[in-house]
Amino acid sequence: MDVGERLTDQNFPESPEKATLEGKNKFLGFWLFLGGETVLFATLFGTYLGLRNSFGKGPEASEIFQLPMVFAATIILLTSSLTSVYAVLALKENRVKQMRRWFFITLLLGLSFLGLEIYEFVEYVHEGHTFTSGAFGSAFYTLVGFHGGHVLFGCLWITALLVRNSGRGLTLYNAPKYYLFALYWHFVDVVWVFIFTVVYLMGKVG
Amino acid sequence: MLGLIGCGNEQISALQPQGKGASALFDLMILSLAIMVVVLVVVFILFGYVLVKFRHRKGDDSIPEQVEGNHLLEVLWTAIPIVLLIVLAVPTVITTFDLDVSEKSAQATEEGGEPAEEEGPMTIKVTGHQYWWEFEYPDQEVVTAQELYLPVDERVNVELSSADVIHSFWIPSISGKMDTNPGDKLTNKMWLHPEKTGTFQGACAELCGDSHALMYFKVKVVEREEFDAWIESMKNTKFDDAPSEVAQGQQIFEQNCLQCHAVGDQGGNVGPALTGFADNDMVAGIAEHNKENIKKWVNNPQEMKPGNNMPDFNFNEEQLDALADYLMELETAE
Amino acid sequence: MSNAHAANKSVLWDWLTTVDHKKIGILYLVSGGFFFLVGGLEAVLIRIQLMNPEMTFLTGNLYNQVLTMHGTTMIFLAAMPIIFGFMNAVVPLQIGARDVAFPFVNSLGFWLFFFGGILLNLSWFLGGAPDAGWTAYAPLSTTSTGHGVDFYVLGLQIAGAGTLMGGINFLVTIINMRAPGMTFMRMPLFTWTAFVTSGLILFAFPALTIGLFLLMFERVFEANFFDANMGGNAIIWEHIFWIFGHPEVYILILPAFGIISEVVATFSRKRLFGYSAMVFATVLIGFLGFMVWAHHMFTVGLGPVANSIFAVATMAIAIPTGVKIFNWVFTMWGGKIRFTTANLFSVGFIPTFVMGGVTGVMLAVAPADYQYHDSYFVVAHFHYVIVGGLILGLFSGLYYWYPRMFGLMLNEALGKWNFWTFFIGFHLTFFPQHFLGLMGMPRRYFTYPEEFGLGSLNFISTIGAVFMTVGTIIFIINVVVTHAKGKKVSGDPWDGRTLEWAIPNPTPHYNFLQTPLVRGLDALWIEKMAGNKKMTPAEPVGDIHMPNNSVLPLFMSIGFFIAGFGFIYYSSAGAPALIAIIVGLGIGLACMFLRSWIDDHGHHLHKEDLLKEDKGVDA
Repeated sequence: MDVGERLTDQNFPESPEKATLEGKNKFLGFWLFLGGETVLFATLFGTYLGLRNSFGKGPEASEIFQLPMVFAATIILLTSSLTSVYAVLALKENRVKQMRRWFFITLLLGLSFLGLEIYEFVEYVHEGHTFTSGAFGSAFYTLVGFHGGHVLFGCLWITALLVRNSGRGLTLYNAPKYYLFALYWHFVDVVWVFIFTVVYLMGKVG
Repeated sequence: MLGLIGCGNEQISALQPQGKGASALFDLMILSLAIMVVVLVVVFILFGYVLVKFRHRKGDDSIPEQVEGNHLLEVLWTAIPIVLLIVLAVPTVITTFDLDVSEKSAQATEEGGEPAEEEGPMTIKVTGHQYWWEFEYPDQEVVTAQELYLPVDERVNVELSSADVIHSFWIPSISGKMDTNPGDKLTNKMWLHPEKTGTFQGACAELCGDSHALMYFKVKVVEREEFDAWIESMKNTKFDDAPSEVAQGQQIFEQNCLQCHAVGDQGGNVGPALTGFADNDMVAGIAEHNKENIKKWVNNPQEMKPGNNMPDFNFNEEQLDALADYLMELETAE
Repeated sequence: MSNAHAANKSVLWDWLTTVDHKKIGILYLVSGGFFFLVGGLEAVLIRIQLMNPEMTFLTGNLYNQVLTMHGTTMIFLAAMPIIFGFMNAVVPLQIGARDVAFPFVNSLGFWLFFFGGILLNLSWFLGGAPDAGWTAYAPLSTTSTGHGVDFYVLGLQIAGAGTLMGGINFLVTIINMRAPGMTFMRMPLFTWTAFVTSGLILFAFPALTIGLFLLMFERVFEANFFDANMGGNAIIWEHIFWIFGHPEVYILILPAFGIISEVVATFSRKRLFGYSAMVFATVLIGFLGFMVWAHHMFTVGLGPVANSIFAVATMAIAIPTGVKIFNWVFTMWGGKIRFTTANLFSVGFIPTFVMGGVTGVMLAVAPADYQYHDSYFVVAHFHYVIVGGLILGLFSGLYYWYPRMFGLMLNEALGKWNFWTFFIGFHLTFFPQHFLGLMGMPRRYFTYPEEFGLGSLNFISTIGAVFMTVGTIIFIINVVVTHAKGKKVSGDPWDGRTLEWAIPNPTPHYNFLQTPLVRGLDALWIEKMAGNKKMTPAEPVGDIHMPNNSVLPLFMSIGFFIAGFGFIYYSSAGAPALIAIIVGLGIGLACMFLRSWIDDHGHHLHKEDLLKEDKGVDA
């Protein structure tokens, strides 16, 4: 069977994302990539933990963090993880339309998360908590910003996938791509849970 | 191996220990080297034997036996190194704690029946600068630079920090090195315990910029009485003590240099303190102490120590002469 | 005429767009070799300056630039790429695969490394190279004037991204693409070391990525991670750097272990002694490599508890390393050792590496390290493991696999000259440096006063460097001579044991016409002993699926190269630099987007053509 051929319900494999060697390679390679990403964020967390009380000329963490808004952002991102799970479930059953719908909702949630984050950063800058106001500021914006960058990249990725494959069904060629996006999105979500705990909750407690 | 002992110049060689720290380290070095030489000899003999015995001989096309391994041998060459390493690890850990100067171990020393001086060991604050060393004796209220005075046969505690980048404070013949880190939170502590009088060489051991290789300092280990006398005279030196013959130089100094360099009771602390400079062994830590070199240094500091922070004042020859004369007269009070 | 021109162009185009692991291996080897010569030249300059006391040949800032670039070039732009060259050329063949898992990413990894290396070296012509040492300790690196350190940061960032991709690629290749019967415990040791090294790359390089980002943010965007005045902490850089940097040492040395294991076994005509112990030792060294980074920081003031723990952990590494040494010696025991040039380098490696290893244990003695640290003793130690270990291993690999990679045999007589000059020169250069360090000569000093008595040993050291230079020049001559009139060889010139020798010369584009069936360790040797001339195939001859060439990796790397320039000059040039950043990143992202947009299903080689071609080779 040609990898570019549209899959039908009859020849639909159990795991279309791993049905070809290329798919298997991508699947494994992406898991390994996420392993590297874990080290990347671990290094950022380590740096942040080392500098979280060195405010320099900026305000202290407990003064500026606005938990309600961050909590809302957390809920949005967690929900987007759930919607991407629904999308993958649909993918596994060759329900293309539903899959695309769920991915689209995931994208919208990702974008709203980004909107909230930008709003939050603008607020902080007004309160004197900037990238250059002290070691804490630098570490905060780097860690949270790296995560935000990952969300942004994810949004671009899924947009490209949805646009490119509009009107096309699932194939053995594009199924791994959808699947990997979902994997990526979960990872970004998990990182956020740590950020919420380590940066915001611990920051608020002091 | 024995050839190692006494190797190099005794002012700077780690192989000619002149203090308790360096001696402890030297013993460890010899122990580790001894164990390692045993390992080397065993491996080399085995290796040499194999190379000679099992080399391919012409016309021999037979296929050697394809051995998979040998459990006994493999266990042996795993176990023996473990034993050797334990022999090495135990003194390593002990010495690591011995050399430490945390609050706890300082207390332990006092309780441990040492001839307890009431205030405990003297503390010296060392600050690394690009590219010179500042030495402050806080209890005695004396600040000097480039020459560290130490009383012999006494333990002194040293607090290390840096004014700019990371340096590393190293007097090989007296003790091991330790980094001077920027920032109050990262001040390091170590101790020195010289056992012989004399002049020793210190150096910076962490790349710190263009003149990293020129950041030497002298360590003068003297008897306790001499040390006390030195402290006393440093304290009593006044800026106005300078003899009247060098008044012109003193005036130039006051107008141009005093802002950064302290002499006696006056002056800033951006550059090295120059109280008692006339008694120094070196100019800028690297050149022989004479008028010629002082003039050379003041005239073009960048030539002798590239990248240092001393500006060029464009003095004319007459001013240079006067200034050098003045600096040559910067002695401590009697 | 015009035809020849077109042919030339298509050859060049083929190399620029290739995704064939064999060609990428050669690209890595050639560019790594080029940077090796650059780094070697820098080393010679250093040795000239240190030849006598108080020389003025190369002083102050310029010396710091040369020493920084020597270290950085040798580690990131010479040693790693040459290792990747071998991994590319050999690993897929050793496991019976037709290509790597991600041929496109493989090409991208190479081009990123290449442009990163070029970017870093352009600093020489654009206002000065980085001058803060290859370790780039803050705040020296963050306060260094000019753009030198910016070149370091961006050059390594781009090259490092390529390395990370290569690491993932080889992990997946080795896990997913082994031929039938090639279980993990039947993999040749070089493949094993490539596997562990790739794992180390995966978990070590992201730390460097972040470290470089922090450094870049601090220099270009005025962040305050390391500035004590703003609450920063300079030691964080040291931790991040060495959490990457120590595994990096094992990333470098493990593949050399693999090469030695292959070469010693082949030229003793014996199976590797204690194969499973060798594998276990490799994995253990890789694992411990992450536990010992702070032994580079004994003098930083981490306290006696941390120093003790890291000292003992470091000593523990000596155990698996010792196991390896003894296994090599006992592989030779009872063998019929042939001293080809490849084997000479391997045999020379063993005692040299033992010497580097024992000084490593001495350095692990934390308090004694208060004397050794940042002195020439350390310089001697790491050159013993990196030059005496890795570089001898790489030379050995070159002589061993040259027939596989180029279908030509390097000249053995010149090879022996190459070995002896380089080997003697190496010991002459670095053995005296142990003593220089103990006699009080700190590392990274551009001069030393006459009265310290360091002159004669330094002079000997410089003489040694001359010998090493001669050795390297002989090697270059050897390559030229070989390509001018070298003899073509069969696919198995050494009586090899592993799969890479089971295919004809020149290696077909698709490697294996039929995927081989592997029946044990030393797969080819087993078939030879069973009296078979060829590997037993695991499949009938059929169509072979191959990836398409692509120019996107090249353009993507050029994009990031341009963006790198933008970041380097952002702090001083402002708007034009910003344009470069936007354009460069735009090109990079556009290429990624195109890669995602254009369906690329590869192409098939058809059975009939393959059979025809195969006959042609046999005839």
